[in-house]
Amino acid sequence: MSSNGMTSWAVDLADVGAVYPFQGTEFILYIAGLVFWIWWHVAQIRAESREVRYEIGADTTGEATRRAIAAY
Amino acid sequence: MGSNIEALTTLFTEFYYWVTVVFMFLIHVGFCLYEVAASRRRNHLHTLMKNTMCIPLVTITFFFFGWWIYFAFPNGPFITGGIDFEAATGARAFDPAMGTNLQDHINGVFWAAFLLFSWTAASIVSGSVIERIRSGAFWILAVTIGSLAWIIDAAWGWHSAGWMVKLLGYHDAYASGVIHAIAGGFALGILIVLGPRLGKFAADGTPRDIPPHNTWLATLGLFLIYTGFWGFYAACNIPIISPEGIGGEITGATWTATNIYLAPTTLSAITFNFLMSLSGGLLMGYVVSKGDAFWTYSAGLAGIIAASAGNDLYHPIQAMFIGAIGAFAAYRLHYFVERRFKIDDAVGAVAVHGYAGFIGVVIAGFMLWGQPSSPYAGYAAINPLGNFIGAIIMFGLLGFLPGFVVAKILHGFGMLRIPAKVELEGLDFQASQAYEAAIRDVQGAETSLVSSKT
Repeated sequence: MSSNGMTSWAVDLADVGAVYPFQGTEFILYIAGLVFWIWWHVAQIRAESREVRYEIGADTTGEATRRAIAAY
Repeated sequence: MGSNIEALTTLFTEFYYWVTVVFMFLIHVGFCLYEVAASRRRNHLHTLMKNTMCIPLVTITFFFFGWWIYFAFPNGPFITGGIDFEAATGARAFDPAMGTNLQDHINGVFWAAFLLFSWTAASIVSGSVIERIRSGAFWILAVTIGSLAWIIDAAWGWHSAGWMVKLLGYHDAYASGVIHAIAGGFALGILIVLGPRLGKFAADGTPRDIPPHNTWLATLGLFLIYTGFWGFYAACNIPIISPEGIGGEITGATWTATNIYLAPTTLSAITFNFLMSLSGGLLMGYVVSKGDAFWTYSAGLAGIIAASAGNDLYHPIQAMFIGAIGAFAAYRLHYFVERRFKIDDAVGAVAVHGYAGFIGVVIAGFMLWGQPSSPYAGYAAINPLGNFIGAIIMFGLLGFLPGFVVAKILHGFGMLRIPAKVELEGLDFQASQAYEAAIRDVQGAETSLVSSKT
């Protein structure tokens, strides 16, 4: 048993193709990769919205904003 | 060099390693930048010089004995055989092969490639101990890991005849354990003895954040480390070899690139996997650290490190997920260990290199289960237990233990940590005083010249 089907390198490399593990699961991996990508956007947008909400609620006097503008 | 094809192969290999060395130099530049960025202004020069002087110290000691260890110690010794004096002949500092020699085009560039790994190992440790360690103590520790501990682990687990490869089926193609876990473990051993920076923990033990003084510089440094990491990956390969060059173990006539164990891979494969694991780490790091720049960049590094053990063989999407897991684990474990054990790791090196590297080695054992660890017959196949034991050897036996013991000895002699007063003044206090005095002096002199001319 081997996760890529190879149990020995004593072969002619001209006859060997893909050697990554768990061949046959490429499409499942692909779907999982897409899910990870979409999850990232959802998580990022939620986190950014929380940050924006905090920033809207902060600095009610405008003092910190004036300092930020002065600091350029 | 008998034939033209043989000569071309040799000269290509020579040039290939030379290029990797130039790339890898950027790793040290990057470490210096981000360490200085993480330190406070009163410690800049000390921080920079501490890491810079690793270069000459590790270089000369690696020339004197480090390179010899790699070829002499693959058997342990006394695990699968004795010290291999014969194989190590050409790596003795006083051997004609260790110098200008027209019969040997490879020794110097191969030595240099390994040497740059040595600098990296020492440099990883350097960042974690900033702002309170004595330079003299650090440089002894740098030589200990750079020219001794890591090269023993390379002989054991990163050599085509290493006993860990033969008996355990240990597989760690791009050094998750061999460089990163050992350096992280070594740093942890030192940090336990060294203690935290003054002010790092409140009286009730709550950790305080000591932010980098210059986040821009820190991220630029990490960008440069990424760049140098390309050279590191290439340097871990044998660029071109014929089946005869591997003792005819691989049949047929197809030449190939191999990993350090002489098992086939391709530069294309590791390019896929380098970028996908970097991306997995960056994506996860951004989310888990809530967009913190220092940690997002560090997570990119952790992503590569976690996937490195098997990046010669993974599918790119597998590499991406392993990178994400490594980054998540490194971030969480850093803060857990900081809170629970009061460890002050100034740059998160133990987490990014040590924990991510350890986890990466363990994951590779599962992912590559049953695959041949070597083209040579009689070697154990890659397996989870072998890689788990290997990870413990790297992080614990050859990393944590020597770091802790040498730090204890240095502490016993009062050589490890600077006095509290000096820590508060800043390590650059004397240099700063001299700098300001010099400015006052020259300003006074120039001002008097202006007065005398008017």
